[in-house]
Amino acid sequence: MATPVLDKVEAEASASPYITVTFRIRRFNPEVSAEAVWEDFQLEIDPKERVLDGLHKIKWDLDGTLTFRRSCAHGICGSDAMRINGRNRLACKTLIKDLNPEKPITVEPIKGLTVLKDLVVDMEPFFQAYRDVMPFLITKETNEPTRERLQSAEDRARFDDTTKCILCAACTSSCPVFWNDGQYFGPAAIVNAHRFIFDSRDEAGEQRLEILNDRDGVWRCRTTFNCTDACPRGIEVTKAIAEVKKALITRRF
Amino acid sequence: MPAGTLYRGREGMWSWVAHRVTGVLIFFFLFVHVLDTALVRVSPEAYDKVVATYKTPIVALLEYGLVAAILFHALNGLRVIAVDFWSKGPRYQKQMLWTVVGVWVVLMAGAIYPVLGHAARVLFGS
Repeated sequence: MATPVLDKVEAEASASPYITVTFRIRRFNPEVSAEAVWEDFQLEIDPKERVLDGLHKIKWDLDGTLTFRRSCAHGICGSDAMRINGRNRLACKTLIKDLNPEKPITVEPIKGLTVLKDLVVDMEPFFQAYRDVMPFLITKETNEPTRERLQSAEDRARFDDTTKCILCAACTSSCPVFWNDGQYFGPAAIVNAHRFIFDSRDEAGEQRLEILNDRDGVWRCRTTFNCTDACPRGIEVTKAIAEVKKALITRRF
Repeated sequence: MPAGTLYRGREGMWSWVAHRVTGVLIFFFLFVHVLDTALVRVSPEAYDKVVATYKTPIVALLEYGLVAAILFHALNGLRVIAVDFWSKGPRYQKQMLWTVVGVWVVLMAGAIYPVLGHAARVLFGS
């Protein structure tokens, strides 16, 4: 009985999955120039790979100075939100084949936050707005609980959508209102407020609504739906904001 | 190409842009409209003279544009109200936008004769 021989090696080599793609990246280095510039990189990449893989190839093989954030690389940590072909997405969840690789793929930092270097922005204003809505459970009973805080499945489902947020800032930095005025709380902070306002176990809904009733709170939302379209977790952000608006009017939540 | 690219928003963003633009245009119209109407208290003759200059084909075309702006702003305004107050509004915003555009096209077609009919008779004879 003869051992099977691998004779497909040649055929596989000729049918290489790799294609040549141009990455057009918006570079900014304050130590070199105050102006941002576009830089093109040509690379061989499998269309089934992700934009993040392309950025890695550039950083590891072509230009080690390219700066960007990424941690888990699997769409959970929310580090690598960037503007790819004009839209906010996670580089680790965007496949090359979904982007029309014939044309250069543009990669820019997210809008509305100060660019520190290349694709890295200062996230502090974003996280400050998040902290301002008190994104933690608050109860009137301050004693340490002796048993679990129970909740019905329906009560849990009420805010299920907004528990999915990974704080990547894709929504907030897609919002035209936020681009013009960074004082606006932004969709992400409102989503995280919604997560507690509509939680039956939480007792500080009134306080959070008061915070969002501010001049820079929910009323600045112009329902452009950019946030809903940008959210890599598929959260219906505009819907959540509308629910907070309605809760503010009716005081029912 | 030093500038960043335009954000490629979808229907929601462009309907907001159109809502803004038509809103500003309507504001400018109202500004002029208040001025020319107030003129009647200054002098009715001057008012008649100013309004007579409006009866030209160019102003008729501007009026048609005004109808376009007001119709879009009004219909999209209803859509925005539905987005905020109807619980299923956010989910059906695109369908509502295309409904708005559809109704707008029909009404704009209907407005051609009433708004531009006079100008057409002036230009091409009756």
